[in-house]
This record gives sequence, structure tokens and C-alpha cells, in this order.
Amino acid sequence: MSDPLLRVENLVRRFGGILATDNLSLDVIPGELHAIIGPNGAGKTTLISQLTGQLMPNSGSISFGGRDVTRLPSYKRSRLGLARSFQITSLLPNFTAADNVALAAQAHDGHSFRFWGNARKEKHLRDAAHAALTRVGLGQRIDVPVSELSHGEQRELELAVALATKPQLLLLDEPMAGLGVTESARMVALLKELRKEVTIVLVEHDMEAVFALADRITVLVYGRVIASGDPAAIRSNEEVKRAYLGDQHVVVAHG
Amino acid sequence: MKSHINLRNVVVALVAAGLVLLPLYSQLSGNIFILTLFTRIIIFALAAASLNLIMGYGGMMSFGHAAYLGIGGYAVGILAHEGIGSGFIQWPVALAVSALYALVIGALSLRTRGVYFIMITLAFAQMAYYIASGMSRYGGDDGLTIYKRSTFGGLIDLSNRVQFYYLCLACLFGGIYLIWRIINSRFGMVVQGVRSNEQRMQAIGFHANRYRLVCFVISGTICGLAGALLANNTDFVSPAGMYWTRSGELMVMVVFGGMGSLFGPVIGAIFFLVLEEVLSQFTEYWALIMGPLLLLVVLFARGGIMGLLGRFSRV
Repeated sequence: MSDPLLRVENLVRRFGGILATDNLSLDVIPGELHAIIGPNGAGKTTLISQLTGQLMPNSGSISFGGRDVTRLPSYKRSRLGLARSFQITSLLPNFTAADNVALAAQAHDGHSFRFWGNARKEKHLRDAAHAALTRVGLGQRIDVPVSELSHGEQRELELAVALATKPQLLLLDEPMAGLGVTESARMVALLKELRKEVTIVLVEHDMEAVFALADRITVLVYGRVIASGDPAAIRSNEEVKRAYLGDQHVVVAHG
Repeated sequence: MKSHINLRNVVVALVAAGLVLLPLYSQLSGNIFILTLFTRIIIFALAAASLNLIMGYGGMMSFGHAAYLGIGGYAVGILAHEGIGSGFIQWPVALAVSALYALVIGALSLRTRGVYFIMITLAFAQMAYYIASGMSRYGGDDGLTIYKRSTFGGLIDLSNRVQFYYLCLACLFGGIYLIWRIINSRFGMVVQGVRSNEQRMQAIGFHANRYRLVCFVISGTICGLAGALLANNTDFVSPAGMYWTRSGELMVMVVFGGMGSLFGPVIGAIFFLVLEEVLSQFTEYWALIMGPLLLLVVLFARGGIMGLLGRFSRV
């Protein structure tokens, strides 16, 4: 087994009396698609936010590419190649799709203390934005303001923004949230393509998608890892069935 | 290409042309008062435009912008008082001190957000106000009379009304051009992105506060220039010019004209100061009319006057 790209050790995060992340350890191996599942309130988004630095853990450590990033602010982690999409769409609503992606490309193209030239006329930034948007299927919607994009398109744009930072590790927080059947299928197809190029951590409620995509699955309950392994192992794990999959048994059995 | 001919742009062009031609009208009609009034308006428009840069584009509600008017003014006044009359020294000093003040205040204030940011910028401006009041060598509470306007080695005579008017107008147009370049630059895109969604900007790799701070300093420096102009216009600086009500007036001008609109602060300054002038001829309680007007703008015309014009343009 190669060295992990991301290593989380004994991570703890409390909110008042609640342990949202309870002594959690986790490895993500380069090239894999690692899914994190768990019932509502299991602490999945809290975990992602700690991985990207929006939230600081109370204790434990996170290392990325062999480097300790536990206390690094999110903008520095982004520069190391860690990108995320948000569960609740988080874009710049008054900018166009292209502006949103071009800014992500700009963030990784030297400093932005340039006050004179028109940023929207910088060809390589626009080209990068164009490429990322085409990649996620928004090639025809480039100049549309975010506020006029459909929910599904905004989810795809989230992905394009993350891609434009040229990440080594993509943390996707429920990319399928709120998508219809066709849109979900498109997203799954897209993720199948992306996983060939970039390591992905996927938090998702859609079990069908998770079992179709994941190399490994980690199951969280109340901030703790109760199981981790390949899809087959997770499917047959008694504790997982008891704690989480009970009502979804049918889906899993057919997945 | 989108057509650039719409009501809003026509109004902007007319106002700009009107400002350029105003001295001509003043000369022909012998109405000197209008020239004096509009010199003042133009200076305040520059100050409001600088506030608009951080408020409208950067999302930073500074409630202490009058401090820069005072600092720029006092830099000119104090140097004049000490016998240094050259504008080539006075004005760079005014800009530098304003920038430095903005850097310190910004570095401290930008740790906070929202109401706290408003309060802390207000508090610092009030501190500046009290420091100015305490400078007994420079007039203290009574302020400091400037006996001689800044000299520029014979290049331009600031005591000449028309020349001074055009200098102010050039500073205003130059300032707006600069702001226009900035908001469309890489830097400006980042600043506007941070206003819109700071968390997202951090997540894609921007150190948001560093960009905010630089924007804050640019804004303060431009306003410091307005301060230097204002001191020359009134031949006087006093702590009263830094009082928080003055900061409030600048905010009102920006809101009237339209936050985040390039030319809005100019329209806002004209609207505010002309209205104040006209109303105060009828009643000393002019604020009783200004207040409800502001209320109407905030309630029904969020984009201010420029926003309204834009709305009619689309019909």
C-alpha cells in the first residue's frame, strides 16, 4: 500500500457538550475514491470542514502529502492542492459561471495584487475556466450569472470551481444533494471520469451512487468510525447494518 | 455587444459634461456661488467614491471615513502652519499619512465583521477627532486657519476659483478612473468575490483579509486626497470635519447614489449637497426632509439613484 495522501489521526472536535468528531482516524490513498457515509448528524460535514481548514479540531492531526496541515488556514491548504465543494451551494451569486471558475484559476496563478489590467480579459484564466466548465457540462452556460443557473447547474459549477484549482485531493460534500434522477446520473458519470485523474473523498447520502463509485467506504456514526473497508465488506458488516443501513437494506442489496 | 446607450449612461455623460462646463456658466451668468458650491460637491464626491470602493465593492461598512478628510486636511494645514507651503510636499504627506492611518486601523478593524466593524471604525475616527481637538498648537477645538493655499511652483494657482475647480474635477475623474481600473482588475475581482462569499474565496485559495486590507488602504488614501482638497477649499481645518456625523453624510451620499455603482457617489454627493443647500434656505430643519428621503431610497430603491435609472433603462 502506498503512503496515504491524506492522513487523519485521532481527530476530536466538540461543539459544547457534543462530540461531533470523536477520536477519528482515516487514511486516503492516492488514486482512490473514498466515500464517507453515515446517518444525518454523524459529523460528515464537520469532518470535511476540518480537513479543509474552515473549522479547527480540538485535538488530533491532519497531514496532507506527508505535511502536517492541522493548523493551516484554508487558503493555504487550497494552495497545497486540497479542494472542496460545499453541501449547501457556495458560489459568488452576482458573478457569471466563468467568473467563478476564473477566480479559482486566478487563485492558483500567482498573487492577485494586480490593480490595472482587466482580469476578465486574461486569456489563460478564461481558457482555464472554459475548460473546467466544459468538463462538467456547462460549456454552453459560461456567461450566465450564477443566480440564473438551475440548482443542478450550480452543483456542477461547484465542481468546476474545485477542479480549476487543479487539486490533488477533491473533497465533495454531497454533490448529489437536491439533484433529480437524471441530474444525479450525470453527476455519477462525471465523477466516474474525474476519479481517473484525482483522488476523491466523497460524502454522499445517495447509497446507489456511493456503492457504484467507491473503492473504499468509511462509515461514521456520532462522529466515530464504526467501519471502513471496500463496498462488499461494508455491505456485509453487521454493525453497519444495525447502526445505519437497516432501512436502506433493499437499496444496498441491489446496489 | 451590449449597447452602451441607455438612460443611466446618458445621465452620467450629461452630469460629467455639466461639471466640465460649469465654470463657463458661472462666468457667463456671474453666479460665483454655484462654482463654490460645486467645488465642495466635487470634493465630497471624491470622498464618497473612495468610500464606495470599500463599501459598495468590498462590503466593508466603514463608519469612520471622515477621519481621512481630517487627516488629509490637517497634513496640509499643519505643514502650512509650520511654513511648508509647497503642495509637492503637503499633498504626498497627506496621502502617506492617510494610507498609514488606514493600514493601522484596517489591520485592527478587519479582525471583526458586520456591526463590530462599523463600531470599531467609528471608534477610531472619534479618537482621531479627539486627538485633533487636543492639538492646542494647531487650534485645538477651534480648528486651524490656513492662510495660504498649497503652492505648486506656479503650475497652478489654487486661489484662482476656476483653476481650483478644475483641479478638483481632475482629481475626481482621475479617482473614478482609478477605481474603475481597480474593480475590473484581478485585485478587484478578488475583493468583490470576498464581499460576496468570503468562505468560498478562502476555500479556493485567497487570503481574504490581505486583499481587504489593501483595498481599505487604497480607499483611505483617495479620501486623504479629498481631505487635502477640502482644506484648500475652506482655508480651514477643524476637528468638526472628522466628527462621526460627517462619516454618516458620506455613507448617505453613497447610498443615495447607489452602492457599488462607479458614478453613483458623484450623483449621490450632488443630490445630497444640493438638496441640503436648497432645503436649508427654507428651513433649518432640513434634515427632517432628508431623513425620510433616505428612508424611501433604502426601502424602495436599493440601488440608489443609479439603480433607479438602470431600472428605467431596461423598460
